Amino acid sequence: MTLGAAGLLLMAVGFVGGGAVAAVWPTDRGARAVTLAGAIAGCFGGLIAAVFSMATGRPAAAHLPQLVSSAGGIVLGLDRLGALFLALVSTTGLLAAIYGASYTKEYEGRHSLGMFGLMFNGFLLGMSLVTCAANVFTFLLAWELMAVTSYFLVMTESDSPETRQAGLWYAAMAHFALVLLLPMFLLMAPDPNATTFADLRLGARILPDVARDGVFLLALVAFGSKAGVVPLHVWLPRAHPEAPSHVSALMSGVMIKLGVYGLLRVLVDFLGAGPAWWGGLVLLAGSVSALAGVLYALTENDLKRLLAYSSVENVGVILLGIGAGLILQSYGLPALALVGFGAALLHTVNHACFKALLFLAAGSVVQQTHTRSMEQLGGLIKGMPYTSAVFLVGSAAAAALPPLNGFASEWMIFQALLSGAQTPQPGAAIGTPLAVGVLALTSGLAAACFVKAFGITFLAMPRSDRTTGATDGHWSARAVMIVLAGGCVVLGLSAPLAIGAMYRTIDAVSPIVGPVAAGVNARVWLAAPSGLARVSPVLLALLLTSIVVVVASTLRHRGLSLRYADTWGCGRIHQTSRMEYTSSAFAEPLRRIFSELYRPTQDLSISVHPESQYFVRSITYTSHIVPWFEKALYDPLTGAIKKLATWILRLQAGSVHLYLLYVSMALVAALVAAWWSQ
Amino acid sequence: MSGFMTSIAQAIVAAGLAPLLVGFIRWLKARLQGRRGAPPWQPYYELRKLFGKEAVVSHTASWLFKATPFVVFGTAVAVASLVPLVLAPPDPFAIGDLFAVVYLLLLGTFFLALAGLDTGSPFGGMGASREMTVVALTEPTVALSIVALALKAGSTSFSQIVTRTIAEPGMALGPGHLLAFASLFIVTLAETGRLPVDNPSTHLELTMIHEAMVLEYSGPYLALVEWGAALKLLIFLALAANLFIPWGIATTLSPSALIVGAATFVVKLAILAVAIAVLETRVAKLRLFRVPELLSASFVLALLAVMSTFLAR
Repeated sequence: MTLGAAGLLLMAVGFVGGGAVAAVWPTDRGARAVTLAGAIAGCFGGLIAAVFSMATGRPAAAHLPQLVSSAGGIVLGLDRLGALFLALVSTTGLLAAIYGASYTKEYEGRHSLGMFGLMFNGFLLGMSLVTCAANVFTFLLAWELMAVTSYFLVMTESDSPETRQAGLWYAAMAHFALVLLLPMFLLMAPDPNATTFADLRLGARILPDVARDGVFLLALVAFGSKAGVVPLHVWLPRAHPEAPSHVSALMSGVMIKLGVYGLLRVLVDFLGAGPAWWGGLVLLAGSVSALAGVLYALTENDLKRLLAYSSVENVGVILLGIGAGLILQSYGLPALALVGFGAALLHTVNHACFKALLFLAAGSVVQQTHTRSMEQLGGLIKGMPYTSAVFLVGSAAAAALPPLNGFASEWMIFQALLSGAQTPQPGAAIGTPLAVGVLALTSGLAAACFVKAFGITFLAMPRSDRTTGATDGHWSARAVMIVLAGGCVVLGLSAPLAIGAMYRTIDAVSPIVGPVAAGVNARVWLAAPSGLARVSPVLLALLLTSIVVVVASTLRHRGLSLRYADTWGCGRIHQTSRMEYTSSAFAEPLRRIFSELYRPTQDLSISVHPESQYFVRSITYTSHIVPWFEKALYDPLTGAIKKLATWILRLQAGSVHLYLLYVSMALVAALVAAWWSQ
Repeated sequence: MSGFMTSIAQAIVAAGLAPLLVGFIRWLKARLQGRRGAPPWQPYYELRKLFGKEAVVSHTASWLFKATPFVVFGTAVAVASLVPLVLAPPDPFAIGDLFAVVYLLLLGTFFLALAGLDTGSPFGGMGASREMTVVALTEPTVALSIVALALKAGSTSFSQIVTRTIAEPGMALGPGHLLAFASLFIVTLAETGRLPVDNPSTHLELTMIHEAMVLEYSGPYLALVEWGAALKLLIFLALAANLFIPWGIATTLSPSALIVGAATFVVKLAILAVAIAVLETRVAKLRLFRVPELLSASFVLALLAVMSTFLAR
């Protein structure tokens, strides 16, 4: 048994054992400990397998053909692409599990922590197996395990109607994706019995063009709905905030990335180069997701929903990289395409790091204040110094500010798009600059969005008394967040090494002929594909810190005298939090500018004194944003499904005789079918 | 090593020159409006006065408020050491390209907006909200202008753009170049808080953007923020001047080239400063919700610049 296979075994045993034992453990406290132990063991196993596979380049494989042999059995094979995602799942899973051990303490007595542990470990197992599945059956099984367990995790607080509705949306969209995945795989399979990924790879090469287009579209819709691509994202901002925060971190950080994994697996590994419109469509989907995601995030007042919408945005950014790669690949420029795919992968890893961090930090805020509404928060930087500092790091990374990790990957995506603009094809030369504009607007809006998220939640004065007594929480949760914040910094500074690893990952899946662009990303330099433009995050950080240190020490040396006083308030004596800008007020200018998209509804009612209209008694102002394209797209669909359901309900008349008739009819039909097939 | 030293020297020169640029624009505006005005070197006196004062900090403010002036000034100086001012930086020493510069400046704005929110003053929040709105809307124009430049030079690195434009002067007179220059000039007005987007000399709450955001700063902190803002103006004008009209810029370290470079740099800056002063006496401030129209016009200009570069190939 190789080290890789041993890792896979430890992974499976850890997750299954931890989940199963937690489910039957009598006490809640013990169940929490067992959940954690199982998750740690499983994640270590996953990490061993992933590191083994990445280091040696040899796939870590395991084969259980006798298990459900009619469907091809369980086949696991971990190549470099899978290993990268397995490493992502294991690392984030490990940190989320440690954080969750203290976070779930408040569920003791309210929810069944045994079942929670089973679902949590099952969720981790499902995600890990998706990355190492090597045949269709294993992949779909793992995919479904991931969907079902995360459904139960979302439904943890199932007593609130919002959570139940979110769960319904989530289950419906997850299965919509699953239904599309099956025909996609079968189209590629050369033979119904040959369903390993190696067979699919061969099968996809000899497919006619129409079928290849079909596979591409199915993959884009199915994996896109998992990744949260607009307009298939509807479940994401509903489900992610309702889950416990460490589960939200896993869902936003890792689970939606498995949609990206699936997309890369099918597009880059199985299908290879396609026509240019594939890339154009992916670029369009990415642009729409990035812009719509960030614009909805901007007007959101619920901290966790804001982060969920920001995930939609970042998936859009990842798709921009993939789209650029596909376009360049279709024009026969694989070395440049590698840059697009590599940048997309790097952003996937970076987003996992900072979004997990942001969700965990938001989780600490929610745990301390018991509200997700930013309109009731404020001033937390004083009571929660660590949480606020790590949230600031995460926000800056999400806004793509140098020298953090978000900047490095967005810079690479810019360069990939720019090389698209340099290809002498009219479509690419006009489409990619527009995508550059979209990406720039997105990152500008993301900066505004995270100024709001951090500024309103953590700065100034508390907007309600919910924030009194808020502290940083358990030391283990704090340590996890500090590790993730460190990850944002380290990934940012070592981006040239990281992008090299991404190039090698893609190159291992889809080998290209000619010089690999990885060479120009030597040492501290992050380089454009042409090698003419480059940037060094490390040196930028050094330059910036040395200037700040010099200026600060000069000022300190001269003697800086400080006096503390009240905020100036135009002659007001007493400053209250009601004078502060609110979350809605902060987003108001952009909401007006993009009112075509938001279509806000406003309701203003002023009640005045009966004697004179100049004496106002109360003003009530409510305003809502109607996501109109969700309504336009999904309302007819849900309406039709409801109609169909009521129609089918007639079958279920409640009479036993009728049901007996159905049984006999089914038996007859089965016999006829058996006779027919002989 | 000499390349590294020159970029540091450039940053110091730029930081030293920035208050003069602001003072010159103010002085010229006063003259154009029929006032006598303060002398151009007035900002130096103001900075000295502010550095000598104590700083008043709000009770509600956190450490972020005190750290922000250093970040704002630091990013401005860092950017000044990256962009071509007197000397087009020789490639191995350019640690950032155009995109890096844009994002570094965004880092400063990000912190300044947070500091605006930190004091809990309604002005700070208002300024932060408006500043982030304007900045977000200028980003796509900046990016497309960069694309228009990069398409011709084949790269987003400063030295590459400058040397390619000097080598092929025909390119610089093409429509793409002029359109990109126009769009970048509008963006410069928006990003540096000049009329018609923001009024640098207003102290009326409803019209302020940048001034509202920094309202709570005083003493040395205010000095750093103001100095940083002046430096940002200088950087944007230098970019407009040197990327589009690079002639005269030193490409070697010889003293004669450096002297010519410094002289042309000052002349170019003076011309652009006069343009801003004349513009600011001629136009009124736009309502905040009319600003997006101006910015989308500049976006269209930048898009046309990209298209024309493609068509010209």
